[in-house]
Amino acid sequence: MFTYYLDLALRSLKRNKVLTALMIVAIAVGIGASMTTLTVMHLLSGDPLPGRSQYMFYPQVDPDPNPGENHKPWDMMDYRSALDLWSAHRADRQTMITSSAVRMTAPGVNQPALMAQMLSTTSDFFPMFAVPFRYGNAWKAQDDASRARVAVISADLNNKLFHGEDSVGRTLRLKDSDVRIIGVLAPWRPSPQFYTVAGGRYSNGDTAGFYSRPEDVFMPFQSSLEVNAGGFQPFTCWRVPDDMTDLRNSPCLWVALWVQLDTPAKVDAYRRYVASYAAQQKALGRFVHADNTDMPSLMQWLDINQVVPSDVRLQTWLAFAFLAICLFNTIGLLLAKFLRRAGEIGVRRALGASRGAVFAQCLVEAGLIGLLGGLGGLMLTQLGLWLIRRQPVEYADLVHLDPLMFGLTFALAIAASLLAGVLPALRASRITPAIQLKTL
Amino acid sequence: MQIQPILAALRRHRLATLLITLEIALACAVLSNACFLVVNRVQQMHVPSGVDENALAVLKLTGYDPANSADLNARVLSGLARLPGMQSVDVINAVPFGYHAGTAGISTDAEGKRQAGVIDFYVGGPGSFKALGLQLVAGSPPQIGDYQPIKRFLPEDSTVWVTRALADHLWPGADPLGKEFWTGKFHFRVGGVLAHLARPWGGEGGPSTIEWSAYVPAQPGAQLAGVYLLRADPADLPRVLRDARAAIATIAPDAVVDSAASQTIATLRDNYFRQDRLMAGILVGVMLALLGVTALGIVGLASFWVQQRRRQIGIRRAIGATRGDILRYFQTENFLIVSFGIALGMLLAYALNLLLMHYYELTRLPLYYLPIGALALWGLGQLAVLGPALRAAAVPPVVATRSV
Repeated sequence: MFTYYLDLALRSLKRNKVLTALMIVAIAVGIGASMTTLTVMHLLSGDPLPGRSQYMFYPQVDPDPNPGENHKPWDMMDYRSALDLWSAHRADRQTMITSSAVRMTAPGVNQPALMAQMLSTTSDFFPMFAVPFRYGNAWKAQDDASRARVAVISADLNNKLFHGEDSVGRTLRLKDSDVRIIGVLAPWRPSPQFYTVAGGRYSNGDTAGFYSRPEDVFMPFQSSLEVNAGGFQPFTCWRVPDDMTDLRNSPCLWVALWVQLDTPAKVDAYRRYVASYAAQQKALGRFVHADNTDMPSLMQWLDINQVVPSDVRLQTWLAFAFLAICLFNTIGLLLAKFLRRAGEIGVRRALGASRGAVFAQCLVEAGLIGLLGGLGGLMLTQLGLWLIRRQPVEYADLVHLDPLMFGLTFALAIAASLLAGVLPALRASRITPAIQLKTL
Repeated sequence: MQIQPILAALRRHRLATLLITLEIALACAVLSNACFLVVNRVQQMHVPSGVDENALAVLKLTGYDPANSADLNARVLSGLARLPGMQSVDVINAVPFGYHAGTAGISTDAEGKRQAGVIDFYVGGPGSFKALGLQLVAGSPPQIGDYQPIKRFLPEDSTVWVTRALADHLWPGADPLGKEFWTGKFHFRVGGVLAHLARPWGGEGGPSTIEWSAYVPAQPGAQLAGVYLLRADPADLPRVLRDARAAIATIAPDAVVDSAASQTIATLRDNYFRQDRLMAGILVGVMLALLGVTALGIVGLASFWVQQRRRQIGIRRAIGATRGDILRYFQTENFLIVSFGIALGMLLAYALNLLLMHYYELTRLPLYYLPIGALALWGLGQLAVLGPALRAAAVPPVVATRSV
């Protein structure tokens, strides 16, 4: 029966090519617009650490003594607090993070000096965030303690300086110090670059920068402070610091702490630990707002920072409003199409077709239009994504159509056209055969 | 033209009428809001920077040893000034649409109790005030004695030049000259008011705070180095900037030119508003597509109705209706449907605007956008229905005599 309906639908579509084309184009344009924006949304709002993100937490304390500001804790910590919490090793894994720009050359490589983005971190960073290695290894906990002059570099930098060869054992000159490369990462592109996300609530929705590439150089935290002394910039300061070249004792926030907690019990225990640390610091006179602590999980922290740029969200809303208008349009056109065939439907009903059969036949026709519209929509989605890839935005290289979104395109197109077809099909199935036969 | 029979006919096609009304309502809502968003973006893109954008470029150096800042300043200032076409080179901390450097919260009392928001300080060496081309609306330009040394961050006690927007925010209705404000221990006294000066990074408080900035004269030194304001004839500027970037390799081999930040102000402005331009383009595209789809819907449905009513049209023609009567019938019908849609659409537009205001930095939709959207849709409706209506008018009266 289905193939018969399909045959009828094809004949019907061929009979009025202009109307058919109008409907297919309307659905294709609506689907193309919505799927393009939805794909970007899907890529930008995804989990950067699938399967592990629920174990990652971002403890926050408030060392800012200024009164009256009843806000959430600042986005980063001062050095003292971060170091105290990190050194306590109360979590399953913990890592301190801060980033800076450093002047870099590679001895024996004929390239001018450049400013490299450097992530200062600790040994747990790599296993904690499952960072993939191409050559060599990460440094060990004792390298953190002994302030070893070692570095891990990104795949991009390795390609640029060493043409992708195994560069473990070679030397980088960072500012005035020689640093030995002990590891090279495999291509790694978390989306967003979650571990340095901060300050999203002050960005007016312009958060595309959170999707930039990871840093080129990774160094043990303490060694990097020595190597790039004076090169660190604070997130903010609660008063003007006396000395901007050494932020360690400054009234500035510039270090982030990530912890991995594998069970809910450990999460509760760590929350209590952070609170007790803040209370202890208040007793010591260093904190004023000791009760202002928090510990969002990774995904909560991304939400707080509203990592998906507001323009992308606006585009998605717009695309769906557009799809809705296209749907109304299709409903109207389908209604016109079905009712125009009232005579034919009357004959079928008179020959014994039930209402259900007429309804099913009309829906098959609507579904076929959806399928064709979906094909067109898929092409338009690819075109839309290609256009986005050509835009100078940080996430341009991430944009692609994955199988899930590929399937969703057709599902959405067919669902939309079936939805649009229900009302006209219902109308068509209610046609009274007698009147139609009389007017034939 | 009698409206009664048209309404009676529409009542027999309730579903189709409702559909087309809803489509127009939705289109009206999206159209007026999208139009408002575009105008908003375009207005933001035309914010005055207050400086001679076409004659200015910035050169940013990094990677040098901060201990050598004073020496670096001296080498760069004298080295770049010798380049052909260079009108002036000055030390500055930031430029409009570039990286921000002197962002701090201020208060209008010494104790820091009356917080007055976060502003941007432009700290510039001697000559930079003139080079920027700032326009004074009150007070006099900085004198040589106003340029003070910096121990840390900003001069401790200095005369500043604030924008009119900042002055209106801090002291509404009062004469700002001689007024004071503080950032922590740093004390400022207003020496003049500037017509415009946009802050580097838009502003934390949204577009309305884009001009919350102040110019602070200061002496170059360890705390003010590495960023240089180049001024040249607009025609020469790209070449002068290129030469300057190349010359750094010999003048200051210890420093690295920050390529992304070292641009003409015009380029920085262009980059800064790239996203807004793109978004405005997308919105205009969506608006056009929307109008197109709506028009197609009207054409489709009107054609259907014309075909369905061929016999009635024939009868009307046979009993004396002119072609003009038939044409006007369909035009009036379309006008009525579109009017229903617009009435509903205005309410929807308002609701959508409230929703957008909730989620985005957006002001209330000005009421005059609603008639604009309405006029566009009325025009569109009449255009779309013209084809089918003409076809209806062409139906010969003889149809009435066939096969009844």
